[in-house]
Amino acid sequence: MDLARNLIIILITCVLTENLVLSQFLGVCPFLGVSKKTSSSLGMGLMITFVMVCATMLTYPIYNFILMPLNIEFMNTISFILIIALFVQLTEMILKKHLPPLYKSLGIYLPLMVTNCAILAVTILNVSGDFNFGEALFNAFCSGIGFLLVMLIFSGVRARMERCDVPVSLRGMPITLIAAGIVSISFLGFGGIVEGIFGG
Amino acid sequence: MRKGLKTINKYFSIFSKGVIKENPVFFTLLGMCPTLALTSSAENSVGLGIATMFVLTCSNIVISLLKNLIPSQVRLPCYIVIISGFVTFVGLMLKAFLPDLYDQLGIFLSLIAVNCVILSRAEVFASKNGVLASAFDGLGMGLGFTLALFIMGTIREILGTGTWFNIALPELSEPMTIFIYPAGGFFTLGFVIAAVNKFMKRRPHNISCDNCPHKGMCRRGEEE
Repeated sequence: MDLARNLIIILITCVLTENLVLSQFLGVCPFLGVSKKTSSSLGMGLMITFVMVCATMLTYPIYNFILMPLNIEFMNTISFILIIALFVQLTEMILKKHLPPLYKSLGIYLPLMVTNCAILAVTILNVSGDFNFGEALFNAFCSGIGFLLVMLIFSGVRARMERCDVPVSLRGMPITLIAAGIVSISFLGFGGIVEGIFGG
Repeated sequence: MRKGLKTINKYFSIFSKGVIKENPVFFTLLGMCPTLALTSSAENSVGLGIATMFVLTCSNIVISLLKNLIPSQVRLPCYIVIISGFVTFVGLMLKAFLPDLYDQLGIFLSLIAVNCVILSRAEVFASKNGVLASAFDGLGMGLGFTLALFIMGTIREILGTGTWFNIALPELSEPMTIFIYPAGGFFTLGFVIAAVNKFMKRRPHNISCDNCPHKGMCRRGEEE
């Protein structure tokens, strides 16, 4: 029961109340850059979820079994980023060789993952919070789902916006940012939902 | 004498273009995450700006020194390792001497390592130019980034809490808390970029691929 409760709290927190993009400002670049079309938002969101889970799978043990015993926790940024870069490169090679159709549709987003701040942030937050391995994996998964959800919502908003007559100086990036602000306000409404469900 | 003047001019123009003409936040739209996340107060934004400027300048110098040694296929991982080395250094220094700022910056200090501004300067400038030019480029871009963060932080802190660098200002209106919420960050950046477009008479633009560190590998720009 306790486990289920923890998992539900993680799910709601990651997807709604503490959404990666809208309340923590992680991964804003792909959020603004790739959300023009629904298909590319979906691809980017799925790829981010996949890489986040795999990166956590690799970095969590490394932090706990190598960095912690050696007392070199401050090396986490440098080691995590290398692991993510290596993993991404490997996945790209494997996909290219064995699953060319998948590579064509999703693989093109892979190089962008290396410098995606959301992925590095989630791996670091996972080891610095008091999650166990399973919770950390679930947290990574939910963060990715939260990102995917916001990407999809926002690609819809942008499709509507294409047809609007926007003042000249606001065209392009400014109006996109303002629309993102409005979407972010709508997510403010979820604040306090975790406390509401479980009574504090 | 004349030649000396010319050299000074050249370095000054490299330095100054990053501050205004090619400001990384307002014109090339790079490094959005820290610009939005840490600008709810002027103090934090300047702190992060200076930390980023330091890392940017140092990594530009080292990368331009090593530009002939780094094989081009693995240049991105190499750059990242150099950059995150400096980030770790800055993190430890801040923890030792400015622990308050260290706590405030939190995870975004580590995330300097994946700031697109730094990687983009490594790829676009430092890997093709000399050491001195790269150092000036780093300083200029870093200053431009700090300036942008400072503007954002000032607007958001004054409107959101009615203070500036934690000093209470005469109350003009009820503080609008929305400005220190995430939504306020998006609004402020949107309007600041719109104002810059208006006054600098620039064409409206989308995120362009020219300054993206991934330009060489990513084919998304070609599709559209």
